[in-house]
Amino acid sequence: MRRVLSIIFDRTRWEEKALIKAARRKRIQINLIDAKNTSFDINAVCDAESYGHIILQRCISYFRGLHITAILEMCGLPVVNSFNTSLVCGNKLLTSLALAKAKIPTPATYVTFTPEAALETIEKIGYPAVIKPVIGSWGRLVAPINNRATAEAILEHREQMNSSLLQIHYIQEMVNRPPRDIRTIVVGEEVTAAVYRSAPAGTWRTNVALGATTEPCPVTSELEDIALRAAKAVGGGVLAVDSMESPDGIVVHEVNSTIEFRGAAAATGTNIASKIIEYLVRASKK
Amino acid sequence: MKCKCSECDGEIAIPKDAVNGEIVACPDCGLEFELTIDQNGKCSLKVAELTGEDWGE
Repeated sequence: MRRVLSIIFDRTRWEEKALIKAARRKRIQINLIDAKNTSFDINAVCDAESYGHIILQRCISYFRGLHITAILEMCGLPVVNSFNTSLVCGNKLLTSLALAKAKIPTPATYVTFTPEAALETIEKIGYPAVIKPVIGSWGRLVAPINNRATAEAILEHREQMNSSLLQIHYIQEMVNRPPRDIRTIVVGEEVTAAVYRSAPAGTWRTNVALGATTEPCPVTSELEDIALRAAKAVGGGVLAVDSMESPDGIVVHEVNSTIEFRGAAAATGTNIASKIIEYLVRASKK
Repeated sequence: MKCKCSECDGEIAIPKDAVNGEIVACPDCGLEFELTIDQNGKCSLKVAELTGEDWGE
């Protein structure tokens, strides 16, 4: 029986094109649903047949994707990644809690809800520290804090930005790492690829969206174990586990749910899109 | 296939393998557009959404 897959998207990136191509190559029928042009009647019985055997959630907007996944799962439709996985991965605090519960090494992390408490915490853990928005990606508004003056300035800016999310102060120790991190792509129960992401010269953040370069990273047993455990801790699915090489070993700082894998595919030569489609086919038969 | 930029009237070349939802940029003014291709293969452009605070992975 020919498998039918729906892809929900709101922007067609390189990854969506690669997924479409991989599905067509495997003769899988794909139904492309643009979230921006779709209306969901939450009281109506879902027309499950129109979505096929499984749905891949690929919205670039976290809240848009999360809410659509909630609607579809409520109808009993299988979505990758699940609502729970998407919810946890889209929020750095929820991710940290899931990782800590599963005893996966992570950077020391603190959360406060006022600038005063944030400043007190930063002073206590010492400089340099790092502050991040709990929701956000591509390194956006992730800032190193090297001294008290910078801490006060950043906290004042956050207060003035009139965003409820920026009143949650997610603070981490600055991990003593090489100028790179490791992205490990986990598809289901398998590590598909791993790459070092190196920050451009003179910069600090290692996001490909900010110009970081990628090169293959050997998948050691330590890396494989930690990546698979991190993926499981957030609920599993198709994930990108980001980690750093600390003096005490690998620490996981983030798990991404709507993964971008162009850099990893180019660096490793792995057809990650094809692996994802194969996983979806397997998952749709469960 | 080619489309006109609504901002500066520049000419935007649409790649042969382009698909719905893909972003194309005007080579003259840099404005980004989201591409729609209808069932007859006719393309239209809408100014792309700006990056939201919840955008990403």
